[in-house]
Order: sequence, then structure tokens, then C-alpha cells
Amino acid sequence: MRANDLRARGHAGFLAFVAHRVSGIVLALFLPVHFFALSQALSDPRALDGFLEWTRRPAVKFAETMLVLALAVHLAGGVRLLFVEFVGWRAEWQKTAIAVVAGASLACALLFALNA
Amino acid sequence: MIDAQPLEAPAEAAMRGARYAAWRFVLQRASAAVLALCVVVHLATIIYAVRHALSAQAIVGRMHANVLWPAFYTLFVVAVAVHAPLGLRAVADEWLGLRGRATDVVLALIALVLLGGGLYAVGSLAG
Amino acid sequence: MATPVEDHPRPHPPARGRNGVEPTFPVRIWRGSASGAFQQFDVPRRASQTVLDVVTHVQRHLDPTLAYRYACRVGMCGSCAMSVNGKARWTCRTHVDAVATGATLEIAPLSNLPIVRDLVVDMAPFFDKWAAARGQFKPTATRHDEFAKVSPSSPARRAIDATIECIGCGVCYASCDVVGWKPDYLGPAALNRAWTLVNDVRDGDGVARLRAVAAEGGCQSCHTHQSCTRSCPKHLSPTGSIAGLKRLVAQALVKGKL
Repeated sequence: MRANDLRARGHAGFLAFVAHRVSGIVLALFLPVHFFALSQALSDPRALDGFLEWTRRPAVKFAETMLVLALAVHLAGGVRLLFVEFVGWRAEWQKTAIAVVAGASLACALLFALNA
Repeated sequence: MIDAQPLEAPAEAAMRGARYAAWRFVLQRASAAVLALCVVVHLATIIYAVRHALSAQAIVGRMHANVLWPAFYTLFVVAVAVHAPLGLRAVADEWLGLRGRATDVVLALIALVLLGGGLYAVGSLAG
Repeated sequence: MATPVEDHPRPHPPARGRNGVEPTFPVRIWRGSASGAFQQFDVPRRASQTVLDVVTHVQRHLDPTLAYRYACRVGMCGSCAMSVNGKARWTCRTHVDAVATGATLEIAPLSNLPIVRDLVVDMAPFFDKWAAARGQFKPTATRHDEFAKVSPSSPARRAIDATIECIGCGVCYASCDVVGWKPDYLGPAALNRAWTLVNDVRDGDGVARLRAVAAEGGCQSCHTHQSCTRSCPKHLSPTGSIAGLKRLVAQALVKGKL
């Protein structure tokens, strides 16, 4: 049995899926770290200050931006899927929907990055 | 139309399989809908905080002042504990070839870890 | 007694280049089964040539042991479906000029199905899944009953009309990555056919079919890649059908009817 290669996968629907899945995996891996860091920082005022100092580093700011991007991509893509599955399907809307999702996610990440 | 024929044993198993799979789907989508609202609020809060350059103490102070914040984050944590393992189930099945009862048990444990860790963090937030 | 070669119809005289030699181009064709390799042939390049023309030329003039399938050769039966430069297509409806990027053409059997030999795949798993999705009409009326009155403009009938033209060619199934990743996934064609039947007011399979498409490997496994919709030569939208099934399954479940 042969499997498809990249030539069959180079289209918007598949790329949207990859973005949704990869962002989901990143978020799932990040969350335990997030919960741990928050609980440490929130229970001890000195830990909170130290944490705050650490988040000022450019590398950390970049990582935070990537996380916001992952969150926005996963949210917007997920809303598109909920729409397709529960509101309705029109084949001719799909590429537009994917474009809107990509644009909204990017806007959200930039909004964070430029302000942080 | 009502299916008048009695079910044989293999069909019974299929029925349970269908209900189990369908419930996973419904819970995944329901938790997604809850998370859609929670994440919009969360992103808005984050962007508001960075735009107004709120210090961590300021953020925590505002969240202590209103009981809705811990309630909100509790709902958020529960929805995540349902949604993330179900999403990971598909990844494990399709990309890692891990499927079956053992995988489902591990994913249930991940759900508990997320629930426990998240509620602990919310507890720390609430003070 | 074997038919002498002289009795076969001769091809039209090919166009000749300036020195009288017909231009050729390299074509790589899969030989063997699951283990095998691409074999290169130099095939005459002709105007309005289809990929099926290429395969047929190889089998008739270069290597008679090449195994492949076709029937109507006019885009009606779907038998000639193969993987052309990595994408599943009907080879009789694929012009070489449209797909031969650069100079090479790569022809392989359909993905996601066991290879019998060369370009021929075993379609049995494809139709087994059709049956597993309960993709057969279950009649409820007899010859003594009135004809069913189904309005063509009703939403259910319009949903059927949009998706009924499937001829089971397997292109969507070969294009689906979830089929490749998850062996028990029923796939776009089987689920598309189930959708046409759940919308059919005359059909009596009801809950049994919903359970069949809701079970592990059913409609929930679709991740809306839309590779099927993109590749369907009949321009059907299995993605939309599967989304419809998801909706019906969820509704039936929360109403306690699954």
C-alpha cells in the first residue's frame, strides 16, 4: 500500500489542519508548565517578582508571542470547524474561511507582540 | 424509522462503540465551544494587560477583587481537561499508532493531571 | 488460436520531428506490488495526449506485461483512476500537458489500497467499508404501496442530489490522509453514500446506519482536510456530507436516539 506524499497535501485545507493540530499539541504540552509556573508565582510574592523579571527577556517575549499565536490559530481554526460541522457547509466558502482564520490569528499575535 | 429487528451480540458491541465514540465527539465539540468563549476572554485579558503595561501585582489584585475570575478560570480548567486529552487521542491514534483501552486510560490520567494542576493554579490565584 | 498482431488496429501515424524521429518524453511507471520500483519508459509525446493514452501505449508497444485498468476511457466509469505525479486522478481525463511538470510524468497505483500488480489495486477494502457504513438502501415499501412522494426542492432531497453522483472510483479514498493514518476509518466515499441514505425518506435503516457511521472509525475521524472534495472528479463534497453526518449523530445522541 502506498501513502500520499507532499504533492497531494499542498492545499489550504490540509495546511489549515496541520496548523490546528500542531498548535493543539504545543498548547497541550505548554499547559502543565503554565499551571505549574502560575501556581509557583502566585503563592509566593518573591517568586512572582523573579518570574516577572524573567519574562522581560527577549527570548521569553518571543516564546510568549509564539504561544499567543498558537492559541489564536487553534481558537480561530476551531471556530471554523464548529461552523462547518454545526452551522453549515458551503464548498465555495472554505478557502475564504481559512484565509480569515489565518488573518485573525496573525493579527492577534501581532497585537500581543507589538504591545508586550 | 424504528429498527424493528432485534440486535445480535456483535451489533450490541457496535452500539456501545458508537455511543462511546459519539459522546467523545460531542464532549470535544461542547468543550471547544466553552473554550472558544474562555480563550477570547483570556486573549483579551492578556492583550489588555500588556497594552496597559499592568504589573503582575496589578493583574493579581484585579483578579482577587472579583469572585468571577476564579469561577471563570475554574470553568476554563474543566473545559481544558476535557478538550486536550480528546484532541491528543486523535494525535496518538493517527500519528503514533497508539489506540485502544491502554491509550484511553493514559489519556484519562492526563485529564486528571490537567484538572488537578489547573485547579491548584486557580486556587493559588484566588489566594 | 491467438489473434495475430496484424489484426489489431494500427495507431495513427505519429507526427515526426525535423529529422523524422518522433519526440519522446520519459515516463516513470510503478512496477511490482507493495515492494517494487518505478520503471522508466520513453513514450512519444503527442497532441491532446492523456495519461491513459501513455499507459496504453506502454502496454501495447513497449511492455505487454504492464497491468492496468480502464474501461470507458471517456470519464464515466472511474476505472482508470491512478496516482499521477502524486495525485489521484482519472487518467483518461488527465491531459499530459496539464500535469507533466518539467518533463517527467510519474504514474503509480492509487494510494491507501493494496496493490495487486503494477497500476492495479484491490478495491475490496474500499467496498467493504462502503458495506460497513451500511451504504445500501433499505426499502420499506412494497409494490402494493403508493409511490413515495419526495419533493425535489426539499432540503433532504437537495442534500442527496448534491452528493448522489458518486461512482465509487476511489479517488477520494486514495486522497484521504486519515485513511492512510487510521486503517479502520470508513473513508469519504462510504460516508458520503451513507449521507445520501440517511437523507432518503424512503429508507428504513435508520438508527443502525447512524450507529455504523458514529462508531470508532466513523464520521468523527474526518479532520476536514478537504483532500477528497478537492480531488473528486465528479465535484462532490464528501467533507460536507461527513459534516452533515456529524451533526445528525450529535443530535441523535443528545436526544437519546443513538
